[in-house]
Amino acid sequence: MSPAETSTSSAVTLNINGEKHTLPVDHRTTLLDALRERLDLTGTKKGCDQGQCGACTVLVDGRRAVSCLQLAVAAEGREITTIEGVAQGDRLHPVQQAFVELDGFQCGYCTPGQICSALAVLEEHAAGWPSAATEDVRPEAGPPPLTPEEIRERMSGNLCRCGAYVSIVQAVARAAAQTTDGAKEQVA
Amino acid sequence: MTTTAKPDAVGVARTRIEGRDKVTGAARYASEIPFTELAHGWLVLSTIARGRIRAIDDAAVRALPGVLTVLHHGNAPRIKDDVIGALGRPDPIVEVFQHDRVPHAGWPVALVVAGTSEQAREAAEALVVTYDEEPHDVSFDADKEGAYVPQDAETVKGDVEAELAASTVVLDAAYTTPEQHHSAMEPHAVTVRWDGGRLEVFDSNQGSKWVADDLANLFSLDLSAVRVRSEHVGGAFGSKGLRSHHVAAVMAATELQRPVRIALTRRQVFAITGYRSPTAQRVRLGADADGRLRAFAHENRSMTSTLREFVEGSAGFGRTMYDSVAHHSVDRVVPADVGTPTWMRAPGEAPGSFAVESAMDELAEKLGMDPIALRVRNEPTAGPISGLPFSSRNLLACFEEGARRFGWADRDPRPRVRREGNRLIGTGVAACTFPSGAAPSTASVTAEPDGTFTVRITAADVGTGARTALTVLAADALDTAPERVHVRIADSDFGAAWVAGGSMGTRSWGWAVMAAARDLREQLTLRGTEIPAAGVTVTTNTAELIAQLAQKERYAFGAQFAEVAVDVTTGEVRVTRLLGVFAAGRIVNPLTARSQLVGGMTWGLSMALHEEAVRDETFGSHVGADFAGYHFAANADVPVIEADWVPDEDPDDPVGIKGVGEIGIVGTAAAIANAVWHATGSRQRHLPIRPDRVLLAEADRAGHDA
Repeated sequence: MSPAETSTSSAVTLNINGEKHTLPVDHRTTLLDALRERLDLTGTKKGCDQGQCGACTVLVDGRRAVSCLQLAVAAEGREITTIEGVAQGDRLHPVQQAFVELDGFQCGYCTPGQICSALAVLEEHAAGWPSAATEDVRPEAGPPPLTPEEIRERMSGNLCRCGAYVSIVQAVARAAAQTTDGAKEQVA
Repeated sequence: MTTTAKPDAVGVARTRIEGRDKVTGAARYASEIPFTELAHGWLVLSTIARGRIRAIDDAAVRALPGVLTVLHHGNAPRIKDDVIGALGRPDPIVEVFQHDRVPHAGWPVALVVAGTSEQAREAAEALVVTYDEEPHDVSFDADKEGAYVPQDAETVKGDVEAELAASTVVLDAAYTTPEQHHSAMEPHAVTVRWDGGRLEVFDSNQGSKWVADDLANLFSLDLSAVRVRSEHVGGAFGSKGLRSHHVAAVMAATELQRPVRIALTRRQVFAITGYRSPTAQRVRLGADADGRLRAFAHENRSMTSTLREFVEGSAGFGRTMYDSVAHHSVDRVVPADVGTPTWMRAPGEAPGSFAVESAMDELAEKLGMDPIALRVRNEPTAGPISGLPFSSRNLLACFEEGARRFGWADRDPRPRVRREGNRLIGTGVAACTFPSGAAPSTASVTAEPDGTFTVRITAADVGTGARTALTVLAADALDTAPERVHVRIADSDFGAAWVAGGSMGTRSWGWAVMAAARDLREQLTLRGTEIPAAGVTVTTNTAELIAQLAQKERYAFGAQFAEVAVDVTTGEVRVTRLLGVFAAGRIVNPLTARSQLVGGMTWGLSMALHEEAVRDETFGSHVGADFAGYHFAANADVPVIEADWVPDEDPDDPVGIKGVGEIGIVGTAAAIANAVWHATGSRQRHLPIRPDRVLLAEADRAGHDA
């Protein structure tokens, strides 16, 4: 047993933004605190630490998850994407670009969580997942139109106190249109 | 310096300078700056609402893994208790660990510091504190003993009772608003260290010089021995001044001689960082048959703590809004065993406008008048109480433009006539106003040898876009491109400046930056073009310039329009449309100004329908102090919100900026409540307009109809 392996701590290897990090963690350490306090990945925010605000949203194996409700030791072997891994070098992801251009934030504290959520929303929508705002939920109906109502509903796990929802919805809609156009271009 | 004419940067939509940092996670907030040897502090809050601490058994906790120290009233250093800072005496809650008294639930009784946050939290939860409990009272009743009228909280003009008696139509109605919480997404946090004899504070605040000076005075330090920085702030809304965690962190960093961070939990934020007091208001209006007001009376009651007087000055709203033959307005406060309330976005105006603008709608109904026409009829030509001229007052232009866009002319004024399935549809309107002040600030501008400029000012960008606004203001004043101007803010070393509050930030800081830029240009003209390696710096303070400002009523105004759909089977109110048209002076950056206004209106929607903090009278603390128990508007609660503005110029004002941070919330809740009346025919005078309140009103109607 290494010094890191005690009854209260373990060594874990976390795969974050395509990079592996091995570190000893207190068993009580959440994935959120491991990112922020241990790996200096402070882009993921702590707004409530109890799964109510969405500021700590990251992608775990491609799906959005609140990292405050996940223990770091339980995240071993998962592919984790944080806000720091969203842009391609200097090139912002279309979702990030749309947030900047349409002012989809003010204080910026909920923003990384909003953006990670939005990335997952686009995937979930493309995969045909319905939401509470979806009128036709039959599997054969396919993805519903990504209306403002759909975006509002799907983005409601991420609170924004500055009141930037109106432009967040616009930003997600713009990014969705761009990524869909991009996909069409690729197909053509 | 370039002399070629260039287009103004002010008035052009510009994305935030720090936008890229905020969308990539690169922007570092108060608890995100790494330090070696960092220790983590965890506050322990009282579990009783009133009494004395009998004992704190810290020995067992000190033996827990990683624990470095436990601070409490038995061992903490003494600090001064008579500090008067830039914004008055700090809330006594900052004077932590000085005595054994517990004045309210959640009072900080100890700080546990450990090597990791997990260790600190475990130890804090293990700390046994015993109390001698005393009876407490957190109630907010009108007949409660000890209610009083604070200084300067009452204005009287004429004889209201006589004018009410002489009025053709009289309205007398009571309104309440509940306790509300700022709920900035970033919980309060601070990191403190001693560095070469200087106290370095990495903070999340609305004014770094304000916090620095208060800290220096509390600890009897030279003002120059404290440096506070607050580069990025994850929302503030009035709650981010000096608080108990700052003082506790300084104590711990001093004892341990290593960096200490305290990040409050969300539950602690609810308990110890202030809130908006509940209000109980009575509005009496008397009018002639043509709608002209003869009597305007507004009484407000709010709550304060036993520690410090804070007045939620709701009765101030009417003093500049409506003229009347007789006018009376008064704020009363009721002390209770609670934490001290504080400024929260549009303090006074937000709840005050709900009452007055609802009452005006009720009066219009009684008169059989259009609610906009009633406001036009009572538009004053000078300050109703002060008699001073308005610097500019373009309220009617806001109504005109708003009515045109909203389609107000096509509205059937009768209530309860539009139905779509289970939903009743209605529209409502309200006026809004917010003061436009300026406070002395210091700015310095440096001409660098490479042709760029550096601006330094202790401003704070709490999400307002201040950094970007100051950049374009400086660029225009320097007649250069914004790309050549680097604005540095939120560092107490840059000198005294107004805080991010009172919708006065951009006006106060912008004024200082423009003044310093103008002085620098003069200097450069005298010196010629050669800039030494250290650059040429000019520092300017605006105290004298502001003192020269003519005495006028300086306010922003606006008109709020709302459409709601009320489900009569569930009682749910959905806002389906909001439009706000504002007269708010010169708009520096349309992109971020619109975000501020829409953000304020979103708050107004949230205030109208959702927000309500509830205190348990038995325990004296909040019920459900989290985002499930305290719901503020989520994305799905918010419809399309449009905000726009009309020209609003004051040729006598040297800056012309009025501020847009708060006016958006003013009047919104009244417009929504008025729309609910239009939809259902029932008045909702108590916020929030919960489903149960709507259903009770429906049941009442059914009872009357039966």
